[in-house]
Amino acid sequence: MPKITYVAHDGVETVVDVAQNDTVMRGAVLNGIKGIVAQCGGGASCGTCHVYVDPENTKPLSQMHQVEDELLYFTACERKENSRLSCQIPVTEEQDGLVVHMPEKQL
Amino acid sequence: MRGESVVVVGAGQAGCQVAVSLREQGHRGPITLIGDEQAAPYQRPPLTKAYLAGETDLAGLVLRQDSYYEDHGIKLVRGERVIGVDRQARVAVLGCARTVSYDHLVFATGARPRPLPIPGAEHVLNLRTVADADAIRQRLDGQIGLDVVVIGGGFIGLEFAAVVRKLRHEVTVVEAQPQVMQRAVSAETAQHLVSRHRSEGVQILTGTGVAAVREGLVELADGTVLVADLVVAGIGVIPNTEVAQRAGLSVDNGIVVDAHLGTVDPRVYAVGDCARFASTHAGGLIRLESVQNATDQGTTVAAAIMGSAEPYTALPWFWSDQYDVKLQTAGLTNGHDRTVTVGDPAEGRFSVFCFKNDRLIGIEAYNRPIDFLMGRRILEGGNSLTPEIVAQPGFDLRASQQKAA
Repeated sequence: MPKITYVAHDGVETVVDVAQNDTVMRGAVLNGIKGIVAQCGGGASCGTCHVYVDPENTKPLSQMHQVEDELLYFTACERKENSRLSCQIPVTEEQDGLVVHMPEKQL
Repeated sequence: MRGESVVVVGAGQAGCQVAVSLREQGHRGPITLIGDEQAAPYQRPPLTKAYLAGETDLAGLVLRQDSYYEDHGIKLVRGERVIGVDRQARVAVLGCARTVSYDHLVFATGARPRPLPIPGAEHVLNLRTVADADAIRQRLDGQIGLDVVVIGGGFIGLEFAAVVRKLRHEVTVVEAQPQVMQRAVSAETAQHLVSRHRSEGVQILTGTGVAAVREGLVELADGTVLVADLVVAGIGVIPNTEVAQRAGLSVDNGIVVDAHLGTVDPRVYAVGDCARFASTHAGGLIRLESVQNATDQGTTVAAAIMGSAEPYTALPWFWSDQYDVKLQTAGLTNGHDRTVTVGDPAEGRFSVFCFKNDRLIGIEAYNRPIDFLMGRRILEGGNSLTPEIVAQPGFDLRASQQKAA
């Protein structure tokens, strides 16, 4: 299974196996990783699964759709160039080794 | 508070949230989460969407990994029903006659589909659980062009209709009220949804009751007969309150709870679909069936058990996905007396601002997520938007709030 690394705001790293076709968001929530809230459970409706993709990332990621783009203007922490909603990043073998950084807060 | 035992009756979205939030908030006592389904706690919204479409499986719906419960000391009891609660002895009684004692007990018993009060109801399937969805999938699998009749044009019925249409079946929705989603959205939004369904080839009949269902047929109140290979109903739910009632708690279309989601027994609470609570947003007692309500109430009750005195005041919000339409509602729009539509309905991107006595009570965002999120913020705080302001040409919610700030 692809491994995803979640870096908390305080720098603590957690590596998790994420099932194929699950999302980066679900990989965190299923395992009880704090730092991703996902109020709506993955419906692209709440903007509380905000992550910063590692600046060094070279893995291909899903295209950003308009809804995600608009929701990202309402995240609790500043939107940056590498901001994504983790519920909109499906995981396949291609994303094995992806590193995401979690913001200080989601709400 | 630490060390006390908590029993959660019901392992849906709300019950699971109580257990998760207790641990996140530092509760150290035993937690028992009891659900009557075999599956581990899972999300229901995808049942009418991705799950039914075959785009995800049960593993894609579960709320937590199985190992999570063990790792966090949450005893998950599956496939067991709580049949009684003895509040004097502080024990919950399971169907297998086992008892579990508690210091705090939370009812998160959810709701069940309202049965169709007509002859032939046994031919009709419901869609509430993963088992229901599996039964429907089995009937649809590997086929196209079946005649599917949906009784009830609410969230469940319309989402189901959209998915089944995408699976290339012939779909007819029968709604007894003059408008679909009458309880949930304004006439404007409902009209656009209906147009969208019709443009996809779904037939929608409103103001039409169903008289009877027979093998392969649905008879409408006006005498029309529809051919039906599959009949699915979504005509609302009935809260599961029987155990609470037998335990002597107040029940009135839901387990009646106070602003802190507590019952008259200081050790007993209710959350989610089964709870009837005083809402500051509705100005009276309401019961809400939504993910937002389930998770926010779960979190609130966990905090209450940990000693917090914070009342439940979260703003209600909902969403529905049908085709490529994302409908998001902030606030409760029920009871509005005036609406103002902003945006471009012809393009399928607009928001309906709903007012009551010139006060904004909710926003229905139809493919306009910014209005939804902005709307949640302003409805959570105070807002001074009037119909006149919103009706001004070129009104933009985000810009108006930036100016106000």
